[in-house]
Amino acid sequence: MKPAPFTYYDPHTLDEALGLLAVHGDAAKILAGGQSLVPLLNMRLAAPDVIVDINRLPDLDFVTTDNGLRVGALARQAMVERDAAVRDVAPLVTEAIAWVGHRQIRNRGTLVGSLAHADPAAEMPLVFLALDGELHLRRTSGSRRVSAGDFFVHIMTTALDPEEIATEASLPPVPPGSGSAFLEVARRHGDFAVAAIAVVVTIEAGRIRRARVALGGVGPTPLRATRAEERLVDEEPTNELFVEAALAASHDCEPVTDIHGTAEYRRELVRTMVYRGLGRAVVRARTGAAG
Amino acid sequence: MTTRWFGDRVPRNEDQRLLTGQGRFVDDISPSNALHAAVLRSPVGHARLLRIDTAAARALPGVEAVWTAEDLGDALRPSPLVVPHDSLTHGRTQYPLATDSVEYVGQPIAFVVAADRYVAEDACDLIEVEYEALPAVVDLEAAVAPDAPLVHPDVPENVAAHLVQSVGNVEEAFRRADHVIEERLVLERGAGQPMECRAVTALFDPVEEVLTVYDTTQAPLSIRNGLAVLLGLSENQVRVVAPDVGGGFGVKIMMFYAEEVLVPLAAVRLGRPVKWTEDRREHLIASNHERGQIHWASLAATNEGVILGVSDRFLHDTGAYTPYGIIVPIITATQLPGPYRVPNYHSDATVVYTNKVPVTPYRGAGRPHACFVMERLMDRLADRLDIDRVEIRRRNFIQPHEFPWDVGLTFQDGRPTRYDSGNYPEGLDRLLEALDYEGFRREQAEARLAGRRLGIGIAAYVEGTGIGPYEGAHVRIDGTAKRVVVSTCVGTQGQGHETAFAQIVADELGVEPSEVRITTGDSRAMNWGSGTYASRSAVVTGNAIGAAARVVRQKAQSVASGLFEASPDDIELEWGRVGVKGSPQHSLSLWDVAVVANPIRYAYGDQASEAMQLMKTRDGAALESGEAPGLEAREYFAPDRATWASGAHGAIVEVDADTGSPVILRYVAVHDCGRVINPTIVEGQIHGGVAQGIGGSFYERLVFDEEAQPLSSTFMDYLIPTSMEVPDIETVHVETPSTLNPLGIKGAGEAGVIPVAAVMASALEDALSEYDVRVNQMPLSPSDIRDLIRLGTDVIGSQPG
Ligand SMILES: Cc1cc2nc3c(=O)[nH]c(=O)nc-3n(C[C@H](O)[C@H](O)[C@H](O)COP(=O)(O)OP(=O)(O)OC[C@H]3O[C@@H](n4cnc5c(N)ncnc54)[C@H](O)[C@@H]3O)c2cc1C
Repeated sequence: MKPAPFTYYDPHTLDEALGLLAVHGDAAKILAGGQSLVPLLNMRLAAPDVIVDINRLPDLDFVTTDNGLRVGALARQAMVERDAAVRDVAPLVTEAIAWVGHRQIRNRGTLVGSLAHADPAAEMPLVFLALDGELHLRRTSGSRRVSAGDFFVHIMTTALDPEEIATEASLPPVPPGSGSAFLEVARRHGDFAVAAIAVVVTIEAGRIRRARVALGGVGPTPLRATRAEERLVDEEPTNELFVEAALAASHDCEPVTDIHGTAEYRRELVRTMVYRGLGRAVVRARTGAAG
Repeated sequence: MTTRWFGDRVPRNEDQRLLTGQGRFVDDISPSNALHAAVLRSPVGHARLLRIDTAAARALPGVEAVWTAEDLGDALRPSPLVVPHDSLTHGRTQYPLATDSVEYVGQPIAFVVAADRYVAEDACDLIEVEYEALPAVVDLEAAVAPDAPLVHPDVPENVAAHLVQSVGNVEEAFRRADHVIEERLVLERGAGQPMECRAVTALFDPVEEVLTVYDTTQAPLSIRNGLAVLLGLSENQVRVVAPDVGGGFGVKIMMFYAEEVLVPLAAVRLGRPVKWTEDRREHLIASNHERGQIHWASLAATNEGVILGVSDRFLHDTGAYTPYGIIVPIITATQLPGPYRVPNYHSDATVVYTNKVPVTPYRGAGRPHACFVMERLMDRLADRLDIDRVEIRRRNFIQPHEFPWDVGLTFQDGRPTRYDSGNYPEGLDRLLEALDYEGFRREQAEARLAGRRLGIGIAAYVEGTGIGPYEGAHVRIDGTAKRVVVSTCVGTQGQGHETAFAQIVADELGVEPSEVRITTGDSRAMNWGSGTYASRSAVVTGNAIGAAARVVRQKAQSVASGLFEASPDDIELEWGRVGVKGSPQHSLSLWDVAVVANPIRYAYGDQASEAMQLMKTRDGAALESGEAPGLEAREYFAPDRATWASGAHGAIVEVDADTGSPVILRYVAVHDCGRVINPTIVEGQIHGGVAQGIGGSFYERLVFDEEAQPLSSTFMDYLIPTSMEVPDIETVHVETPSTLNPLGIKGAGEAGVIPVAAVMASALEDALSEYDVRVNQMPLSPSDIRDLIRLGTDVIGSQPG
């Protein structure tokens, strides 16, 4: 478990980093927290010629909350987890991030790295999908913003081009009257999800005006359960409604069987967790409680 | 003897060192000019090797050697079959490097020695191997099907051994029975995951012609003896040291793992130290596994729930080789009757080759399987007769007055399976009391009303421990250092030998345990013995140490009796002093007595010189014939046969029926290992065992695909329980001394793991009784538990709504 040889760069400016990526293209890999990349290197499942370590880049370790949430590429998951203001503007992030690995991992792993890594069972991609997040991508010749919905392309495949760095991930402010919930079943504490769900509901005048149901671990990317969302919108939140929406969500995914659970089991989990999650989110929306 | 220390919660002598990072493990030993080795392992489950091209690897800068089987010369020999058995008609052991075929993923094919591990692994990548795929044998039942492909072409039907043992007349018992229970029961493959993987570092000193091997082995003397033969050296020229070792659990005892041959051979041939440290992936795919068995078991009983007979046929997955004979299935077969009166018993075990890593004993070594089978049968019998699961056990326990109890079988050591002592009813009573069994039933009913599903499970077991052949110990008083120095050859992997052994010595010699320095696992420190396995070190080595310390005490008494002109019987050893009973002015420190016991004409150091003044010059020779200088002794202990520990465990488990997730709310272990040397250490052993049992119940499963590719080759897929998954474990000690050794002790190392799967199965069924869930297989993931729930209900019923 020693990596194959590679050339290591630790650029001190963003331009320098982008320049290296422009030269080396897909022969290069960006190193952020290293919590996903280093195991891949050690097991020689990835053998890039070049490593571009972005940890020396200035001004990327920010978390701001003045207008929604903005998280820089070098903000560690633990930093986001501990930030009390994040709990206020994006309680779903706070609730879900505690499920990412273990404390030791969150101390190093970055939130943006987790999005860029795009494990279909990871928590942050799911949450950014549920909250209409965006990624800010930079390359030598310019920048662009990609919505979470467009960013996750396939298993560990994103819209990132080899010469791009994701400098930031952001979430718009959550409308008032919203409540959210994150639920996960993992084999052990700290494992990737067997299945996970995130729901966000906005309630106005007793009816659900807006609903987001996102599913993780049950497809090649995190998924939006659009049929479940449609079922919820403009309805009064009732137990029967949650049962129906949960059932719809369980049909909105494409789970596969692996050694941690069957496809059928994952579908059941989606149903159980969406049902439970909706109940929780609605209570939170009504009481204004965190979440 | 006073027993001031025996039985006390003495803090561990080794903890200061281990907990502050001062332990010295094999990988900490880094000779300055060491070379590093890596092993190219088979990526395929079964194949002929058509061609191996090492040219590119050899040409890589920094590479010192690349070996395949044909480079090994005289060292190319299959490893010995260490425990032969008449039933093992087709035993096979492996060569250090594959010769013309590979039989499992992970099997060593080539060995690279290079400037560092990185280069060594780069070189492995450059070795070209051409494989001709052969059909893989994976599934145990398919392996013995008539037209199954063969793991070894010369082993028909993939059967390594067929072992049959019988007591009484089972057929007659089943004819007589009011009830017959029949079950197919499965335990899947798992393996020990010590915190420290395996490692070997070897240095050859060409001047002294001594090969020193640091090895994580549990049995350094066996490795020493084997290496001497293999390398054509005398035993004195080979020193094998197992320094601090971070967990063994059986997986670190082999004769040999390939690296235990290749690394020393490389050190001798290349004339430089060579170092190899296993990584976790290697450990998961290429170090020995255990557990996989399928049983078809039946039990015959009367209407009153009294067992008339048990009949069990099983398949045991031994992987591709049988380096450890058929120890594991023998243990399963002989321990299956457990703590119960089973007057008629028939066991029929078939040991089956598959294209997987060889199976050798791992903590429990066949016992968790046996316990799972027997306890499942007991639960089923209780359910069938509508008798409480506790009561059914009470009705069948061997009673305290019935010892020694002859099961009528032949145990792993070739000796009769005869339980020396025990009190099974008391163990169960203590368990129920601790669990508040009655109270729990109320709590369970209340929880059910609140929508929660709680279940209780119990299981009882016995464990044959402390087998021979023998162990030895050397005890010496180092008067100058003010220390008792003890050596034994058994390896230590964290069991606390440095403390438990010290307690035994401290009591004999009237010193403090912290004044006793124990050396384990160094072949130079003790030339005779076997190793740490089969829950035997405390029993066998402990008693050898006790015996040696006793002789040293007698010597001290005899020396002091000369000094004080008193009878040796009147000399007592207490608080570090040796003196005449009731006359404190006539006493000396034990250290001074040791100095005096060495009749040379000077002594270095103030105290020693003072002590020398006391020496009486005697007429004639300084030592009489047969007399030895100093206070030291070497003694051995060879037990007659195994001593039988026992216990009963219980757990309360909550299951979320919608997600299938179990949570262990309480776990109680009642344990009887005879006289307890140190309760804290025994509890630690039990906790670790229970944690491994929880792994084997809900998490740890080594999965292979149909081509024999391991699918659980990292800790992301082979899930060991963490502190988050293991509840607080409550322990209760029951002590029925062994009748087979002077200290009255029984082994404690493996016990914790034995009943856990049985307990969990029982608790799951209780929690999910409304779905009529039947647990016949372990481990179970939440997904599997949902499968069982679905079998017992329609899916909608258990889902929200
Ligand atoms: C034991 C363990 C358990 C874990 N459990 C979980 C879990 O339960 N849930 C979970 O979500 N994760 C888990 N992880 C993964 C962890 O969250 C990682 O930290 C995260 O997936 C990647 O973040 P990183 O900063 O470590 O990225 P790295 O490992 O450095 O990089 C990961 C990938 O993203 C790319 N990348 C990183 N940053 C950027 C950027 N700014 N722009 C473009 N590309 C970039 C890299 O090139 C690489 O391909 C676990 C990890 C471990 C070791």
